[in-house]
Amino acid sequence: MAIEPVIFYFFATILVAASVAVITVPNSVHAVLFLVLAFFTSAGLWLLLEAEFLAITLVLVYVGAVMVLFLFVVMMLDINFEPTREGFIKNLPIGILVALIMVVEIILVVWPNFGLDTHGAPIPHGADYSNTKELGSVLYTVYLYAFELAAAILLLAIVAAIMLTLRRRPNNKYQDPGQQVLARKADRLRIVKMQSSPKSGNGAES
Amino acid sequence: MISLSHFLVLGAILFCLSVAGIFLNRKNVIILLMSIELMLLAVNMNFVAFSHFHGDIAGQIFVFFILTVAAAEAAIGLAILITLFRNRRTINVGELDNLSG
Repeated sequence: MAIEPVIFYFFATILVAASVAVITVPNSVHAVLFLVLAFFTSAGLWLLLEAEFLAITLVLVYVGAVMVLFLFVVMMLDINFEPTREGFIKNLPIGILVALIMVVEIILVVWPNFGLDTHGAPIPHGADYSNTKELGSVLYTVYLYAFELAAAILLLAIVAAIMLTLRRRPNNKYQDPGQQVLARKADRLRIVKMQSSPKSGNGAES
Repeated sequence: MISLSHFLVLGAILFCLSVAGIFLNRKNVIILLMSIELMLLAVNMNFVAFSHFHGDIAGQIFVFFILTVAAAEAAIGLAILITLFRNRRTINVGELDNLSG
């Protein structure tokens, strides 16, 4: 018996269960943790699909950075989740119904048309095949322009996130470098000319 | 033997679950953002599956860019969320009626 279907069904079951948990658990912190589980499991499935670089990227970048950012925000904001749950039970039947109809429709289209008879099993790669090297050789030649565009988008995200959350408190004290540079000697220093005179009787008594 | 349609059905189930999540949790912005992330994951699953079964690396390149844009989207979305919470002390979508739409 082949090991591949076992792995696939094992990971797929966990993935679907985690996704159901993400949209149903009342506590948002638990929802983020289930989303982490979903991403981790799909990284396993991508390893099965021989997309090793993307699987590792998903775990390192997505679980390591984006999901931790989510977790940080959810825990930082002190949110009362009760009012946000209203209407959940009321909408549950129609939500399940619509989702089920959509799934059945997609399966009816996809299942007969993408089987092994039309899209056969891929040719297995040799042991010296490197997914990362293959990806890099295409990414840095054909898609170089798109790659630099992606870098610009990330820079835009950094600037936008900082500008959105930057807050100037009115009672904090800030330095103004422009004003500091403009300061001259005449503004700060005053030289006073005065007569020097010995203090009377100081030396005689001590 | 696992075929391409197995992965496509899995992606479809994930996608429909996240659509249902958006519908059910309309009041909670955080769950909405997470449902969008789940939706992108479903699309990425389809891309990787097609890339593997067609032997074409371009699908994985596309997933790379989707991950980049999704990370930027999450960062900006959470920044907006923090600003929103700071000003209104709530993330309930039902109470966000400043624009009187």
